[in-house]
Amino acid sequence: MSPTAIFINSFVLLCLIVSFFKDKGKTKNAIKVAFKSLLKMLPVVLIIIILIGLLLGLAPPETISKFIGEQSGWGGFLLIAILGTVAHIPALLAFPIAASLLDSGAALTSVAVFITTLTMIGIVTLPLEIQLMGGKFALLRNGISFIVAILIALIIGAVI
Amino acid sequence: MKNAIKDKQAKKGQKNLVGLGFVTLIFLVLLKMFPEKYSAVIDVSLSYFKEMMLILPAVVLLMGLFMVWISKDIVLKYMGTTSGLKGVVISIILGALPTGPLYVAFPLALALKNKGASITNIVVFLSAWACIKIPQELVEFQFLGLKFMALRLVLTIIFVTIMGMIIEKLTKIIE
Repeated sequence: MSPTAIFINSFVLLCLIVSFFKDKGKTKNAIKVAFKSLLKMLPVVLIIIILIGLLLGLAPPETISKFIGEQSGWGGFLLIAILGTVAHIPALLAFPIAASLLDSGAALTSVAVFITTLTMIGIVTLPLEIQLMGGKFALLRNGISFIVAILIALIIGAVI
Repeated sequence: MKNAIKDKQAKKGQKNLVGLGFVTLIFLVLLKMFPEKYSAVIDVSLSYFKEMMLILPAVVLLMGLFMVWISKDIVLKYMGTTSGLKGVVISIILGALPTGPLYVAFPLALALKNKGASITNIVVFLSAWACIKIPQELVEFQFLGLKFMALRLVLTIIFVTIMGMIIEKLTKIIE
């Protein structure tokens, strides 16, 4: 087990213990909720894992990096930014996908912009946002988020 | 209303299973077509599966704990009309705490707006909800490393605050 995984598991275990001593009933409920959402999530997790396997196992890294690697320039960068905007994937699964793209030669800035547009901007949820928050607000928020995502990704790429 | 949500969830679950069947089919067909890639594909899938399973139970447990300890009412109670830096900090913390997809956050954001919260706070709250959830950060830590996660977290906080202020100004100008 990697140190990261050990840290995450110990952290959650600690939270669980604290919660258990504060309220047994609530903690049992939390475990029930967790188990249910794990079951619900599992099919999607497996779909993503299979797709990652196929992507990395079948597509040569040169092909992937041609589209979204360092040498793909602004075209590849914008392509993956837009992909993140329209895709509707649970954020939890964005990270294994991002890691697999990095493994196959994608540029760090592309991966960063993908995660940020994917989480911040929702084309699928846009109608609901317009209905509740108003068109002006929704369009400004999503539009400026796109620019912000690009800025964040460029800075991450420059720093790391 | 509750039944409708349950119905929708059940349908979504079925859709996911159908999706899984479909992807498995593609998987089998492709492996049949490229038998020489078999071990590479299986190796990659297994290693990602292992990495995911090492943390996924912990992540969903944390989400479960948040769900029972922090209700929507608590978020609404503390999230409010405080302006300035303090308001932004509260919005980030409350946005990052509870779990749930973005569409759950919009009704909350609307309630905040009606309560008189500033546009800056609402934008920061929604953005924090969307991209800096604590369980999410743990998965990012596992797959992309501490440096990437921390840097993206800090940049996101800075930029969504600026974005909130810009949107507040712009909506006033448009009006």
